[in-house]
Amino acid sequence: MDAAAEQKYNLGIVRWFTVMAVVYLVVGTLVGTYVASELAWPFLNFDIPYLTFGRLRPLHTNAVIFAFGGCALMATSFYSVQRTCGVSLWSDKLAWFVFIGWNLIIVSAVITLPLGINQAKEYAELEWPIDLAIAVVWLAYMFNFVMTLATRKSSHIYVSNWFFLGMMVMITYLHVVNSLAIPVDLFKSYSLFAGVQDAMIQWWWGHNAVGFYLTAGFLGIMYYFVPKQAGRPVYSYRLSVIHFWALMFGYVWLGAHHLQYTALPDWTGSLGAAVSIAMIIPSWGGAVNGMMTLSGAWDKLRTDYVLRFLIMSLAFYAMSTFEGPIMSIKTVNALSHYTDWTVGHVHSGALGWVAMVAIGAIYHMMTRTFHTEMWSTKLINAHFWTATIGTVVYVVAMWVSGIMQGLMWRAYDEYGTLAYTFAESVEAMHPYYAMRAIGGMIFVTGALLMLINVLMTVRKAASEGSVRAASTAAASA
Amino acid sequence: MANNNEAVGMQEKMEKNIWMLLFFLAIALSVGGLVEIVPLFLIDDTFEHNKAPELVWQRQAGQTLADHKPGDGMRPYTALELAGRDVYQREGCYLCHSQMIRPFRDEKERYGHYSLASESMYDHPFQWGSKRTGPDFARLGGKYSDDWHRKHLRAPRSVVPESVMPNYPWFQENSVEGVDMAARFSVMQLMGVPYTDEDIAGANAELAGKSEEDAMVAYLQVLGTMAKLDDSKAYRE
Repeated sequence: MDAAAEQKYNLGIVRWFTVMAVVYLVVGTLVGTYVASELAWPFLNFDIPYLTFGRLRPLHTNAVIFAFGGCALMATSFYSVQRTCGVSLWSDKLAWFVFIGWNLIIVSAVITLPLGINQAKEYAELEWPIDLAIAVVWLAYMFNFVMTLATRKSSHIYVSNWFFLGMMVMITYLHVVNSLAIPVDLFKSYSLFAGVQDAMIQWWWGHNAVGFYLTAGFLGIMYYFVPKQAGRPVYSYRLSVIHFWALMFGYVWLGAHHLQYTALPDWTGSLGAAVSIAMIIPSWGGAVNGMMTLSGAWDKLRTDYVLRFLIMSLAFYAMSTFEGPIMSIKTVNALSHYTDWTVGHVHSGALGWVAMVAIGAIYHMMTRTFHTEMWSTKLINAHFWTATIGTVVYVVAMWVSGIMQGLMWRAYDEYGTLAYTFAESVEAMHPYYAMRAIGGMIFVTGALLMLINVLMTVRKAASEGSVRAASTAAASA
Repeated sequence: MANNNEAVGMQEKMEKNIWMLLFFLAIALSVGGLVEIVPLFLIDDTFEHNKAPELVWQRQAGQTLADHKPGDGMRPYTALELAGRDVYQREGCYLCHSQMIRPFRDEKERYGHYSLASESMYDHPFQWGSKRTGPDFARLGGKYSDDWHRKHLRAPRSVVPESVMPNYPWFQENSVEGVDMAARFSVMQLMGVPYTDEDIAGANAELAGKSEEDAMVAYLQVLGTMAKLDDSKAYRE
């Protein structure tokens, strides 16, 4: 029990964001598994508009990125900024406004997306009134974070906070510019940009939602929770400085690699690809820095379930950030673009890196904010293996199907005509779509185990009165 | 800490001054986007019709959208086509179908001439897509009959047994009559799509008695048919 922390910091907001992150992890991956199953077994669309792939897929992406990812980022950043600055949040009221606002936004997404109310831009589907709400809540989140840093007791701003800050600034840019639209009515608007310019702005948003929301933000998580859990300082300060600025400056350029060989001018795509390849270095800088932080403490992996999640996440991070630049090379991209390989790549990052590092951080925060041990260590162990195996099954299925699609589309027979019809390539995907759905189901099973464990831990904490005890045990602290 | 070199000194200062850190972050984060996006609005080469003006329909005074013939060049969508495009977006078709043909031999044979930037110049938002769970649509217009499209939309597997597409039986039941297409045209006009005031005035009348299925078919059948591309001409480097 850490009574001093309970009384010094606002841990209530962290508890709420943490539990909601786990709830949304289950919801988001469950919807994802459902849409994956629809591709394997199309009868699952049931001729019900609200359940069709086209309407549920945006719900899946928005739920995992903004609901799960958002709550995980807000929980971890609010937790670590207080601990690294030695002060409570600048404003508790503003923090609760962010919590309520963000969750209302998620509820509105859950309602509008199945109704087909969307802006038809990937990962930015939400209509303009919700976009406005996102901007307001996001700025409130950033303002509170910045003001907490401004009132800190520590002399230096700790490295995890640089990454969180970079994410907040960039997401503000991206969200505001990419969402610019002229409304027709409350539920319909048209993007301000058209065609090629809209495409470039969309993928500037699309890739940097990955680069900043899902990479910089989660590197912030890594830089606080890995050293904390390992009980060792960050391996190299110098490396963290270099890879931080390289990542901040460089990542922004990558979006254009999504548009190679399209009607986007060639110079833009090539520029995006060139910087993408160079990005291996700062990305691996982060991965190496995280992993080497453990050097000399590797034995902890045998007993420490949180560290296992964190290290597995770094392994997947290193792998995806190697795969990404490879896929941006023009000749590789010619094969991989438009195929399931892209989907596999995204999920090795999203499941293997983003979800794993967040899950590790959430288990870490659970015990420290509820002031009690987790309800079941066995369940955590089971979660670790289901998450890992589910991710691997998913990614392998998509590698095979993606490369196969790409090869089938460009295959010629001995007479110099296309060897396969498009429909034949769809048929060939069926076993892999089934395999992918099963990988997803395994991952969801793990997420469900986590939810049960987290809820039981909350119950345990309530029955022990551990939170109340921590907040009143002033004299003993 | 001794600051022997300037870079370390800067970093040290930023780590102690949140406002300075924010300022330099804001600059570092804006460069890439500015370099890649702004020139697309300024460089003439971005759009092929700056060199090949025949790609865009030169509408004479008094002509309506109905006076356009396939091949005359890019024009704004008719009310029915735009209503179909809105349904296309609502259903998330862009998640499985691209509208962007790349300059490869196999794509040319499968889908047709590679796509030009000018061909989506009036598309707010663009619908190039990023994934081909189903085939590309950039030149879908005219490849199949209206009747085939209707059957396919209602029950894709009745005409393509391997398909994994959802059935869309509600398209034929839903009317588009209530859609205020004039308002949508006005927004498009505001953003620079060359709709005339007469187009806007006549927009809602065009939807009389039409279903979402009619609108979808109209949209799918116009894709890639507006401009006529010359195989012998190099539109892009």
